[in-house]
Amino acid sequence: MKAAAFWGTLAAIFVAGLALTTVLENEYYYNALYLILQAMLMAVAWNILGGFTGYVNFGSAAFFAMGAYTTVALNKALGLPLPLLILAGGAVGGLVGFGLGYLTLRLKGVYFAIATLAMAIVIETFIANWTYVGGARGSYMLTPDKHLWFDSYIQMLFMVMLLLTLGAVAVSRMLNSSRLGRGLAAIRDDEVAAESAGVPTLRLKLVSTTVMGGMMGVAGAPFPYFVTFVDPVSAFNLFIAVNAIAMPMIGGTGHWIGPVIGALLVGTTQEIVKVTVSSELNVLIVGVMLVVFITLAPQGIVGLVKKHWKRKP
Amino acid sequence: MISADLFSNAVVSGLLLGGFYAAVAIGLAIVFGQLDIVNIAHPAFIIVGAYIAYILNSRFGFDPVFVGLLAAPAFFVVGAVIYRVYFLAFERTGQESLSGLAFFFGVMFIIEVVLILIYGVDYRLVQADYIGQSWRIGFVDFPLRMLVPFAVAAALTAAIYVFMSRTFMGRAIQAVAQDRLALQLMGADPVRIKQWAFGLGIATAAIAGSLLIVIGPVEPSVGRLYIGRAFAIVVLGGMGSIKGMFIAALILGIVESMVSTFAGPSWSPAVAFGVLAITLALRPAGLFGRR
Repeated sequence: MKAAAFWGTLAAIFVAGLALTTVLENEYYYNALYLILQAMLMAVAWNILGGFTGYVNFGSAAFFAMGAYTTVALNKALGLPLPLLILAGGAVGGLVGFGLGYLTLRLKGVYFAIATLAMAIVIETFIANWTYVGGARGSYMLTPDKHLWFDSYIQMLFMVMLLLTLGAVAVSRMLNSSRLGRGLAAIRDDEVAAESAGVPTLRLKLVSTTVMGGMMGVAGAPFPYFVTFVDPVSAFNLFIAVNAIAMPMIGGTGHWIGPVIGALLVGTTQEIVKVTVSSELNVLIVGVMLVVFITLAPQGIVGLVKKHWKRKP
Repeated sequence: MISADLFSNAVVSGLLLGGFYAAVAIGLAIVFGQLDIVNIAHPAFIIVGAYIAYILNSRFGFDPVFVGLLAAPAFFVVGAVIYRVYFLAFERTGQESLSGLAFFFGVMFIIEVVLILIYGVDYRLVQADYIGQSWRIGFVDFPLRMLVPFAVAAALTAAIYVFMSRTFMGRAIQAVAQDRLALQLMGADPVRIKQWAFGLGIATAAIAGSLLIVIGPVEPSVGRLYIGRAFAIVVLGGMGSIKGMFIAALILGIVESMVSTFAGPSWSPAVAFGVLAITLALRPAGLFGRR
């Protein structure tokens, strides 16, 4: 996609979102769209480490929860406004991601993946024992009265999430097509070869994990305002981690558009199933889609499309 | 000041707990330790085993451990089928590192959600004569709900150990782990042997599950806590070593019991990660590693 077309599309989507808030009143749609965008942001973030660099992160929910709990703690301590809370959530997530980056020095492949899973459990244990933010019992958040010029708070949150997600997609595209992105791809394909060819692997991996962690923290920061009640079970939910992995895997991991397609497909299916069938079954959907897709189409939808294009003369 | 009876009770209950952890980790010691297949869904199969024990116990009053032994052959078949799918979809095409991991992650998630959909998130438990009883030697308690799982787990470990070192199939499994190509040159089929080994690993989950529900009530998501534990034990024990796995399980059990006695039970889930991190940092090959 050409740069002008890409930025034009992003701007058009943003304007469309703004226009939507003036015509559509039903709050359900903003709820659903917010959830899809949140999942998309997480998927785009996961793909930067998992898809571009080849390190599997099972602990996405921990980064998300770090963002959410940063909001809870700072809101309680200082009462900061939402934009600052999002920045803070991103900073905390990025910092944890930076630490995770150093872990890749000793842990490769499988061991790294298991370590991220264990890290999520450890962080959850700490949060559950931290009474200031509510501990295991959780804590309530009050929805602020002010919501700029929007009709309701959820409309504003939807626009905030739309802006954040579009930003993340832009960052992901820049990483994917830059010199840095080619370095990451080299690490994914063969880390030892990349290192010996002069690719600064550690520095690139640190960039990758920090950006991923920062994005996930950003995704989690508005979450307490969205649900108005946060406890470790909801913030560290396995569902978040599964979505973050499934969407890029289904869409296709190598390309920046993969997680976007996957999130649109899976997220929309989930919302439709939630309304038409049952809100319990929609959780199952993503697991089944993940297993079916990676068994039958390991390269995801992007891979299928590429194959199809190649076959044409 | 730590009192002697509190300390010795913590050590004993840690030992008993560690024995049970050996039953949890032994399937993974075969599947991950010998075959390098990262089955993070293993604890989910253990939960399935626990629910089967619960169903047959509450319907027909069967002894849970007996149910575990009864279900093991069925688990073996399920495991063999899963390995077939895994081999055809990922191993054959060399995509096990990313897609294979995500595959087992998905399987784990599906099992957990299906159990929640059918049985809800309520804790389930089993009835057996020995569950409430306790032996007492000096000032140390030996609750039978811990002692029975310890004994069964120790017997299971011993049986697998003998199987691995004495029988033809056991040695073949170790041969696959050591040198796959050489095995192929000898005219053996590594896929069939791995299928057997994977089935065996899943079969142990049926028994481990029945022990899990003897120890305490079970709900679908407790399996996740055992992922870190099981992998910590296999890595600490050393890839491919059954003996090392058993010792590592006892160590983790004792450390966890100490932490929950002296720092509070809510901290014990973090112990496994600590053990895993220290092992990987100081001695990645583990205590008795094959590498």
